[in-house]
Amino acid sequence: MIIDFSDAAVTLIVVSLMTGLTRAIPYLLFGGKKEIPETVVYLGNMLPASIMIILVVYCLRNIDFSAFPFGLAEFLSVALVIVVQYLKKNSLLSIILGTACYMLLIRTIF
Amino acid sequence: MKAFRFALKQIIPFLFSYLFIGMAFGVLITEAGYSVWWSFLAGVFIYAGSMQIVMISLMTSGAPLYMIAAMTFFVNARHIFYGIGFVDKFKKMGWKYPVMILTMTDETYSVLCSLDYPKDLDEQKVDFYINFMCYLIWIFSCTVGALFGKLVPFDLTGIEFAATAFFVTVCVNQWRQFDSHIPALAGLSSAIAFYFMLGPANFILPALSLSLIVLVVMKDSVNLEMRGVNVDH
Repeated sequence: MIIDFSDAAVTLIVVSLMTGLTRAIPYLLFGGKKEIPETVVYLGNMLPASIMIILVVYCLRNIDFSAFPFGLAEFLSVALVIVVQYLKKNSLLSIILGTACYMLLIRTIF
Repeated sequence: MKAFRFALKQIIPFLFSYLFIGMAFGVLITEAGYSVWWSFLAGVFIYAGSMQIVMISLMTSGAPLYMIAAMTFFVNARHIFYGIGFVDKFKKMGWKYPVMILTMTDETYSVLCSLDYPKDLDEQKVDFYINFMCYLIWIFSCTVGALFGKLVPFDLTGIEFAATAFFVTVCVNQWRQFDSHIPALAGLSSAIAFYFMLGPANFILPALSLSLIVLVVMKDSVNLEMRGVNVDH
């Protein structure tokens, strides 16, 4: 296979710069000397609660709902994490049990 | 040293998902015909798992640069939302400021926005250790994956679920901690609605944007429900 390395290098540079830009935008907008607007402070406090749930959906986005097992392994494991975390309040325990449950389910039942 | 140990403990769930996803990237990029150096450089300069995997196909596609730039922007635009709450905190960190900005990921964000700092620890140090260790682990995983990925003797498929599980635990903790459930419900309902309208590849930005709008519009009721509760990050 012949690879054009200059093409690949330019691609890598563009992807790096644009990724860095997305990370820098809020700081470019609000990082100056001026006081941060009150609404932005409020969003900084409240938005995490929205973002984290959206991230969970993002992690589960590639589930195929049209065919068996319809994401059952994912949903059962997420449910286990919620129950364990709710009862035990121990994140590491919830994560280990949830991940073990998922790895087991995709190897056995689903 | 105490700050370092505390930080290390916080990122344990990600050791596994970073190793797994980083190594998967390393294997994929070497299979596409690129040497380990490319994997290493991608880890160092991009540091975004799904984008790096998308990039492998972009490198050989001959797509125009503006397309590559636009695509990268949209895949990673969720980062814009992560910075909003950290501007004031990171600004005071001197030479570490740009490092903190450029090492923010889904995972480090979720740790930093849910962290309970012990009183005797330097918060800035903890934040820096968390972001920087995750960054080093990522570079390590990409490199090792490219070098030895195909030699791993056991099947680790599914271990990346650790990241999902961590996000779920953060959601549960926030649900308990926040008196107002409007932010969480706004996120959940907009994510599900846009997922079914726009599909898995395109839902995240509209969902984040709609949640932001809902929070701004409902600011008074959220503040009322949160009154007396200290949500200090």
